[in-house]
Amino acid sequence: MLKPVDVLMVGVGGQGTILASKVLAAAARAVGYDVKVSEIHGMAQRGGSVVTQVRLGEKVHSPLISEGEADVILAFEQLEALRWLSYLKPGGAVIINDQQIYPVPVLAGEAEYPAGIIEQIKGKINNVLVLDALRQSIRCGNAKAANVVLLGALARELPIEEEIWREALAATVPPKFLEVNNAAFTAGYNSRSL
Amino acid sequence: MKELLSGNAAIARGAYEYGVTLAAGYPGTPSTEILENLSRYDEVYSEWAPNEKVALEVGIGAAMAGARALVTMKHVGVNVAADPLFTAAYTGVNGGLVLVSADDPGMHSSQNEQDNRYYARFAKIAMLEPADSQEAKDMVGLGLEISEKFDIPVMLRITTRVAHSQSMVELGEPGAREIKQYAKDVKKNLMVPAFGRLRRVSLAERLAKLTAYSESAPVNFIVKGSAKTGVITSGISYQFVREVLPDASVLKLGLTNPLPVELIKQFASCVESLYVVEELEPFLEEQIRMLGIKVTGKELFPATGEFSQGLVRRKFIEAGVLPARPAAENPLAGLPAAPPRPPVLCPGCPHRGVFYTLRRLKLTVTGDIGCYTLGGLPPLEGIDSCVCMGASIGMSHGIDKAVPGLRGKTVAVIGDSTFLHSGITGLLNTVYNGGDSTVIILDNRTTAMTGHQDHPATGRTLKGKEAPEVDLTMLCKALGVPRVEVVDPLDMAKLKEVVQTEVAASGPSVIIARRPCALLKRENRPAVTVDPEKCNGCKTCLRLSCPAISVTDKKSAVDPNLCVGCNLCVQVCKTGAMKGGNACA
Repeated sequence: MLKPVDVLMVGVGGQGTILASKVLAAAARAVGYDVKVSEIHGMAQRGGSVVTQVRLGEKVHSPLISEGEADVILAFEQLEALRWLSYLKPGGAVIINDQQIYPVPVLAGEAEYPAGIIEQIKGKINNVLVLDALRQSIRCGNAKAANVVLLGALARELPIEEEIWREALAATVPPKFLEVNNAAFTAGYNSRSL
Repeated sequence: MKELLSGNAAIARGAYEYGVTLAAGYPGTPSTEILENLSRYDEVYSEWAPNEKVALEVGIGAAMAGARALVTMKHVGVNVAADPLFTAAYTGVNGGLVLVSADDPGMHSSQNEQDNRYYARFAKIAMLEPADSQEAKDMVGLGLEISEKFDIPVMLRITTRVAHSQSMVELGEPGAREIKQYAKDVKKNLMVPAFGRLRRVSLAERLAKLTAYSESAPVNFIVKGSAKTGVITSGISYQFVREVLPDASVLKLGLTNPLPVELIKQFASCVESLYVVEELEPFLEEQIRMLGIKVTGKELFPATGEFSQGLVRRKFIEAGVLPARPAAENPLAGLPAAPPRPPVLCPGCPHRGVFYTLRRLKLTVTGDIGCYTLGGLPPLEGIDSCVCMGASIGMSHGIDKAVPGLRGKTVAVIGDSTFLHSGITGLLNTVYNGGDSTVIILDNRTTAMTGHQDHPATGRTLKGKEAPEVDLTMLCKALGVPRVEVVDPLDMAKLKEVVQTEVAASGPSVIIARRPCALLKRENRPAVTVDPEKCNGCKTCLRLSCPAISVTDKKSAVDPNLCVGCNLCVQVCKTGAMKGGNACA
């Protein structure tokens, strides 16, 4: 019996949540999971808040995750972690990329970017992993691989072997970027919370 | 072999497997990826039409001549295509005809939330509603079969969560792409009143046969469960019901027009209490009530917005079907609220300067459908209205003719793809009726909002072939517009001057603000830098609503990772603090 897992990937349009969800779906399928993935296109993108929902189980009906249901929230940006936190189930894990991207209302001085988001979330949730995926990906050779650093960290939380993740990654990213992405995955997989 | 496919990719695959020869559509979220996926199959001819009406007419022609045809559009596109649709029900088909209507409950990317299931009933055509990608693919095949067997167009009605959710699909081998014999038959295809009356009667007979078929259609099935609670549902709502009430009896309807009346009666008689779970309007509920069956529907479930298993669970708890959960303390109480992150025009977007200028000139601006609708949001606030594709031009003319106080202070803005979709006739009307409007065509050389689809002015087809490129200037002149100006929207001084001149001029005029979408054509320009000595923190640059610009401690900063060097901020800066490359400064 495969353990059902719901993963909510949240971030800002253009951060690479879709690629991360593809690798997760491929890895999950390889171990026999039924998979459903849901995302939003069009007007809802364009630098707005984006969410990709990935559900794994023996048999998955709804493609959506409701509030209080996600086993893991993988947040590509701090404010988005805060925005979607109510989707976490009691006892669930949050992985947060340290990055801050100011939304236009904040840039325009009409709203404040809340201070100390990570400390405040840590005060409410036990299982929080924070990493600087951008810096780690630059160290691996490409800032665009921050999504795969985060994926590496996610891999630690899920009942899927590392080997399977590596194969799914190789099958999803273009061959010429595989080395960078493998290094990024390793960095995320071995990371400890900041 | 199984693959993880979105509903849209599955529909494309279905068209490939089930012998579709021709597919046509107009881009619109959440339908766009159907034709994009289908264009990769060389065996199927596919094209973007300038609008949904043309797309459907192309499909009707192909089907009349004996080919299987697929036509795709978003829900509001069916409004545009409604004229041919209603009469195509009369003529019927020869080869199968499936019309995909992609509805958008929750309005993720739409201006309204209309429930297109009513179109199937109104136009008297068959309708199928898939609940996942496998059904989406299968129902393309079934739809084509029904269409041919019952001589009727079939609507395949999907919603955002079916279109854009991925689930497992068993791939099949493609069947033969047969073209049926075409024989001239004016009594069937030439809808003059005398023949139309015959087909009107025939349509009623065809629908009666279809109703009988509906009773045993394999896509209408019962999931046997407890007799205590019965649920009738269709589409994505089925998934929520199965998740929330795994033990209930469920009548899952896949063929939802015409409805299987006897099956519904039989199901209703076997359960103690009956619910209908459907997003948007009480389409099933009202018809079930008309059968004299007692049912709970919209008195419990909302008629607006999108459903989820969370919402369906809450409602079944409210109804006492599920036990109440003990009220837990909110573990997140005390956390700050997250400020909104609305979508914005991209850095370097050629539309930005236009809206900044229109706002500065205090003009009344009728807007249209596209990325540029975002130019209406603060802090740009450069648009007053948005109704539908093409509405900007007609509305501007209406203001101009009816309200003298706004005359000469109104402009219409419309994208290049939108102008070709349904702006041409509006402009023709303005010219014909002696209007005074100024129309700005925001020509970014693509259909940007839906992900950069080609159109008749881009010089490329859906299949990537070179195509004749409509000359927008000549087109406007041919419509009778005496004044047509082309400007680069990144040159703000020139843009402002042209807008002022054209608004003041009598008679209609068109300004073509031409610059390719910033995502389509990456320009290699240096990022803007800020001289902190000169910046006085006036925040004028923030009025451009550019995601790359911020002001902290009364000094502007430009994020070099986001800035593409469009230099608009350099042009609006009053103190000369912003330093750009050499693009248009």
